[in-house]
Amino acid sequence: MTFLARHRIILPVVSLAVLLAATFYMQPRAMSYFGLNLLFNLAVPIALATIAQMMIIMVNDIDLSLGAFVSLAACVTATFLNDAPMLGLLILLALVLSYAVLGAVIHALELPAIVVTLGMSFVWGGIALFILPSPGGAAPGWLRTLMTVKPPFAPMAVVAAVIIAAVTHLLIMRSGIGTVLRGVGGNARSVARAGWSVIRLKALAYGLAGLFGVLAGMALVGLATSADANIALRYTLLSIAGVILGGGEFTGGKVSPTGAVIGAFTLTLAASFLSFMRLSPDWQIGAQGAILILVLTARLIFRQKGSEA
Amino acid sequence: MSVLSRPWLWSWLAAAAAFSLTLGLTSGRGAGELGYAALSFGAFAAIVGLGQMLVITLGPGNVDLSIPATMTLAATLALKAMGSDPGTAFLGLVIALAVGFGTGVANYALIFLLRLPPIIATLAASLIYQSLAIWSNRGLRIKPPSGLADFATGRFLGLPNVAWVGLALAILVWIVLERSVWGRWLLATGQNLRVARLAGVPVELVRASTYISVAVFASLAGYLLASFSGGAALNMGQEYLLMSIAVVVIGGSSIAGGNSNVPGVWGAALFMFLVVSMLNSYGAGAGVRNVLTGTIIIAIVIAASSRRART
Repeated sequence: MTFLARHRIILPVVSLAVLLAATFYMQPRAMSYFGLNLLFNLAVPIALATIAQMMIIMVNDIDLSLGAFVSLAACVTATFLNDAPMLGLLILLALVLSYAVLGAVIHALELPAIVVTLGMSFVWGGIALFILPSPGGAAPGWLRTLMTVKPPFAPMAVVAAVIIAAVTHLLIMRSGIGTVLRGVGGNARSVARAGWSVIRLKALAYGLAGLFGVLAGMALVGLATSADANIALRYTLLSIAGVILGGGEFTGGKVSPTGAVIGAFTLTLAASFLSFMRLSPDWQIGAQGAILILVLTARLIFRQKGSEA
Repeated sequence: MSVLSRPWLWSWLAAAAAFSLTLGLTSGRGAGELGYAALSFGAFAAIVGLGQMLVITLGPGNVDLSIPATMTLAATLALKAMGSDPGTAFLGLVIALAVGFGTGVANYALIFLLRLPPIIATLAASLIYQSLAIWSNRGLRIKPPSGLADFATGRFLGLPNVAWVGLALAILVWIVLERSVWGRWLLATGQNLRVARLAGVPVELVRASTYISVAVFASLAGYLLASFSGGAALNMGQEYLLMSIAVVVIGGSSIAGGNSNVPGVWGAALFMFLVVSMLNSYGAGAGVRNVLTGTIIIAIVIAASSRRART
């Protein structure tokens, strides 16, 4: 194994650094406490959603309902959690539990996750429309305060990213249960032979995804101050792209929580960078796609170095 | 193999159930109109579904997320070239199919040359196609030539013309899958890529032609849909992303690849339209409708998988 292949985290870090340097070059005023916060504010919910997607990809599944789920969590936060905190908390807890049950059902009946989550995306979207037929609601005061807090030295977005990355790194990469969870993606049968209940592990992975999905919805409402049923639909594809940008693989339980957070920040920064470039709005979406392809092309270097060894 | 174990049966049963439940409300009135509408709208879902089915047959991880963007881009460029002038319908068709061919080649180039996972490659490429469509469209809504619009909304022998196109394509795909060497290659590749390669199947050629086929199908669907609905819109393909995957799976094709099912795609396409009109006629709101649609999709998948386990 070469140095590059062993340290997969280098690629996402370098991508983010290059993009950040280019942004600062285009717009030096972004290089400040306020500027950084503005650049990365909206990356916090995306980073949480990317971690949620990572939990699913870790066990070799894929979640096409995440965007609808985050939207639903946002709608619950902006309505029930604001008006009746206890009831709201119970609903959010039920959402996390339903994700865990979903994981167990997918495993027990050997259903294809991509299809079940596709169906669930209609269900979550429908419930969200039921709760908030038109955009509205309000962010609970404490959540608003939490998301707009101004910590010393570094802006909220950067502090939040470090906390999210550190907590999930400890949970997934360092703890015993995290290693077993990654093992389910690597080889579920040998995990089962080693005496673990795979169905419980899958339920745990899905439950964690549900937890981070709910947190993403709450963070989003804290920033946006209101919600609607379609607020986070694009998170489904963003989160998948974020996991892969962060050095994760679709199979084999090869994921990196730190990389996923960095991947989410890179995606958010790509959008800001393009608006600094004064690119015609027609091309902004396309240029985002081009940046995505460019960064992923760099993976080739890692792959080839890895196979040579 | 008895009729009951045919995987496509479920989607047709579900479509029939939704059809009769809707008619139960009107005590049988409007059966012809409902069937006609289902065939018209189902045709677009069936055409993109057939393409998606070929890609999904390639095996795990193969799926084309660029279908909506390809539909929009093909329709936009075709309508722009035709500029509502009579007699240009054929030119528009050629342009639409050429756009489809181009996006298919581009998708496969990303997958093959850059070794990107197909999900990510088609997702990133679709962003670029979307930009191209926005740039060339500039918010204009160009009407299709009247002859083409008449064809797209017209009927032949009592069935919508678009349904005839969809049926012809389904038969073509069925023949190619069941009777041609290419079809056997595709199924072999989907069942086990490594074994297929060792057995001398030109695996990369099969993959390339499949990704091109799905894009061409999507561009044809976009061309017809724009002619049908009186112009291209930037969000015209949006609902067909989830739709194309849903009809493949409800139709009884295996999401793990290597096993495809043409009749089921049409059954599922009719079902997806009929279930919405059924819920509508029972007065369900948008929220309830979505929840029930999702629940029904999952129920069908569970029913289909437990049946597979028994046989």
